[in-house]
Amino acid sequence: MATSTIYHHTLTNGMVLIAERMEHVRSAAFNFLIPGGSAYDPPDQRGISSLLAEMIVRGAGSRSHRELASVLDAFGADRSETAGRLALHLGCSSLGRHLPAILEVYADILRRPHLPEEELPAVQSLALQDLDSLEDNPASKVRIELHQVYFPPPLNQDSYGTAEGIRAVTASSLRAHYERCFKPNGIILAVAGDINWMQLRETVERLFGDWPPGSLPELQITAHQPQSRHLHKDTHQTHIAFAYPSVPVNHPQYYAARAAEMILCGGMSSRLFTEVREKRGLCYAISLQHKTFRHVAAIVGYAGTGADRAQQTLEVTIRELHRIQEGVDTDEVERIKAGLKSGLIMQQESTGARAAIMASDWFFLGRVRTFEEMQQIIDSLTPQIVLEHARAYPCEPVTVVTLGPRPLQLPSSCVPYEKQPR
Amino acid sequence: MPFFHTRLENGLTVLVETVPTARSVAVGFFVNTGARDETEAEAGVSHFLEHMTFKGTARRSAWDVNRDFDRIGAAYNAYTSEENTVFYAAVLPEYLPVAFDILADILRPSLRPEDFETEKKVILEEIRMYEDVPESVAWEHARKLYYNGHPLGHSILGTQSSIQALTREQMLAYFERRYGAANIVVSVAGPIDAELVTSLARQHCGQWFRGSSGRTDRREWRRDPGTFVLTRERVLQEHVMLLTAGPPAGSPHRFAGDILAMAIGDDRGSRLYWELVDPGHAESADCNYYEHDGSGCIHTSFSCEAEVAEANLERVQRILAEVQQHGITDEELRVAKNKIASRIVRASERPMGRMSSLARQWLTTGSYHDVDTELRLYDAVQLDDIRTCLDLYPVDTCTVIAFGPAQRLAGVDAIVV
Repeated sequence: MATSTIYHHTLTNGMVLIAERMEHVRSAAFNFLIPGGSAYDPPDQRGISSLLAEMIVRGAGSRSHRELASVLDAFGADRSETAGRLALHLGCSSLGRHLPAILEVYADILRRPHLPEEELPAVQSLALQDLDSLEDNPASKVRIELHQVYFPPPLNQDSYGTAEGIRAVTASSLRAHYERCFKPNGIILAVAGDINWMQLRETVERLFGDWPPGSLPELQITAHQPQSRHLHKDTHQTHIAFAYPSVPVNHPQYYAARAAEMILCGGMSSRLFTEVREKRGLCYAISLQHKTFRHVAAIVGYAGTGADRAQQTLEVTIRELHRIQEGVDTDEVERIKAGLKSGLIMQQESTGARAAIMASDWFFLGRVRTFEEMQQIIDSLTPQIVLEHARAYPCEPVTVVTLGPRPLQLPSSCVPYEKQPR
Repeated sequence: MPFFHTRLENGLTVLVETVPTARSVAVGFFVNTGARDETEAEAGVSHFLEHMTFKGTARRSAWDVNRDFDRIGAAYNAYTSEENTVFYAAVLPEYLPVAFDILADILRPSLRPEDFETEKKVILEEIRMYEDVPESVAWEHARKLYYNGHPLGHSILGTQSSIQALTREQMLAYFERRYGAANIVVSVAGPIDAELVTSLARQHCGQWFRGSSGRTDRREWRRDPGTFVLTRERVLQEHVMLLTAGPPAGSPHRFAGDILAMAIGDDRGSRLYWELVDPGHAESADCNYYEHDGSGCIHTSFSCEAEVAEANLERVQRILAEVQQHGITDEELRVAKNKIASRIVRASERPMGRMSSLARQWLTTGSYHDVDTELRLYDAVQLDDIRTCLDLYPVDTCTVIAFGPAQRLAGVDAIVV
């Protein structure tokens, strides 16, 4: 297999360009990562990062919103603008030959957005509807609420924001938020696919090189004591979301933590899937996900089940989480390694996936991990390493959010429900 | 790309596209059966059977199936639609023989009674899960009302009562009827040669019973326009769906159908986007064209606050009437073609994309197009072709179904569902 080359160039203003040339593809994808996600929303304007993600493409440079959309559409560009918790992501995929022309348009979007005042009410209306639609999606609602109760402020702020926050945003506060977050020295541009590095580097230098740097916004993370919560709703299912502490992405035990998470709920042969769904038929959906910030991380889980079986589902789940400390099989770890390895290779077939992973790597680690490095990390996982991690970081205490007709009896390893029911 | 196809003696179709530069290989078993092939008493059996295949075979327990897939690091799953039940896996090339073995094995499931009862509970939870999502409930009602007895309106999941009443014997009978080799297409794409795939197919599927292929009820469905307003407590958003006929699968008009739907209601830069979403009138608005065997359809839909549903419906109906009368512009045609070309190229860069595309084309047209041919077919569409498609399949005579808090819409009172 051909090994890939990862290119890197830091502009004098601090903006980072990273790129990977992928052979045999005609497409190219890029991802601008801008530190300015929902955690950066001022407390009285929660939701502003989502509004900015939507407003930033509504006209830029010499082009109106429609002109901008039409020039990108003409390149068949598939784009997305999303507000994550830590960063805004502006992503785009197209054919590689259109890349330089598309980047010209993005230089306007990032540097010269109009943020037109007359369009703000429409964008606020969309955000409010989005927030409303969350009420019609209990599985999403319960996860959002779990993040809210679990993570320390302001990391617990989600991109949906609040109705009051969305309404409080004005054209000038939006402009101020843009000025605060969009600094070249915080921005990472990751590109993957059919690229010509010399040409790409020259294009990016020309388009972004004269953008003056400035001071970056900082997050003040406050101490926080999570509490479990029940949300009352007459749903068919009881939706259970839960979280317990883990290690962040830059921690030496990160991959041991990921392996433990996958042993619990990775493939269909994982423990939770087997015990909760396959053996007992308790639910259709059950999942675990590792959620990381720079210094804080958690494993976040979800299960949805009939109200009459929710108590049993929670108990079986918690029991499995504890049982991992008793031992880890060689065969389990081999399966995890096989899954990680093939995932690593298949990642190389998707330009969009590669661009996103490269941007995230640089953001958290200050470098992009090579294929060989990743392979070595995966090879080095053993049952002993995973078990030691599971014992050093037991799956407790578990913070739980339930949404359904009735609260549950939380097992003793769970954080109790808050006093005031909702 | 080198393409190969063959049919085994028992009627199993094997399709292979060799992509020497790919790093993974994708393999899929496409059973030409789904909700539309069920009798009323069997409602939901296709999807339930799809679940049951993973519960074990003569050679493997349910646990063995999952463990064997996970051991080779497979990305695997299955899904059921109105007319297809698909089992697939993507693996590193050296694991193709194992992945093929597991997939072929689970397509001859044991359907053990105790597994049947356990999995029934999972299916019932899946139905309850979707019951909690108003948008899913809305679409379920919309298809049922639009198809009004035509089998394409059958529910994929079935209902609590149909699943509860379903027996293992009914499932076995359905299996005998629909899972014969002659009704299955195996599609493989990746850095592998056709000989290997053929020999795997002979080895693992050569003994399968032939069975029958295709389906009997392939009527093209056209419905008189009408409006249905449905309501239910504790739903916040209004979902409005406008359904009408489109070119059937394999029709020469399907390329025009795709382009039309994209110009009307792609999620960005379409007429619906500019008139509903951009000004903030609706949270989302889309238009999609679906090919089905014998009968296609065009779905236009939007979701918004109930108070503005009426005004939005008028906007959408005006857009559809304008398109019907004047067609789309040169610019819209060009943009839609560019978007489609870019999507085809990007999807084709992964073996999973090619594997699915091969199988879908074969099932609908009985033929093969490589990526460049597919691109040319879209590129050849002119405004005249769009006009012809509109004349044959008008987009402005829709059945309208609304679901949400609105108590009255377009002069029709809501009924509680």
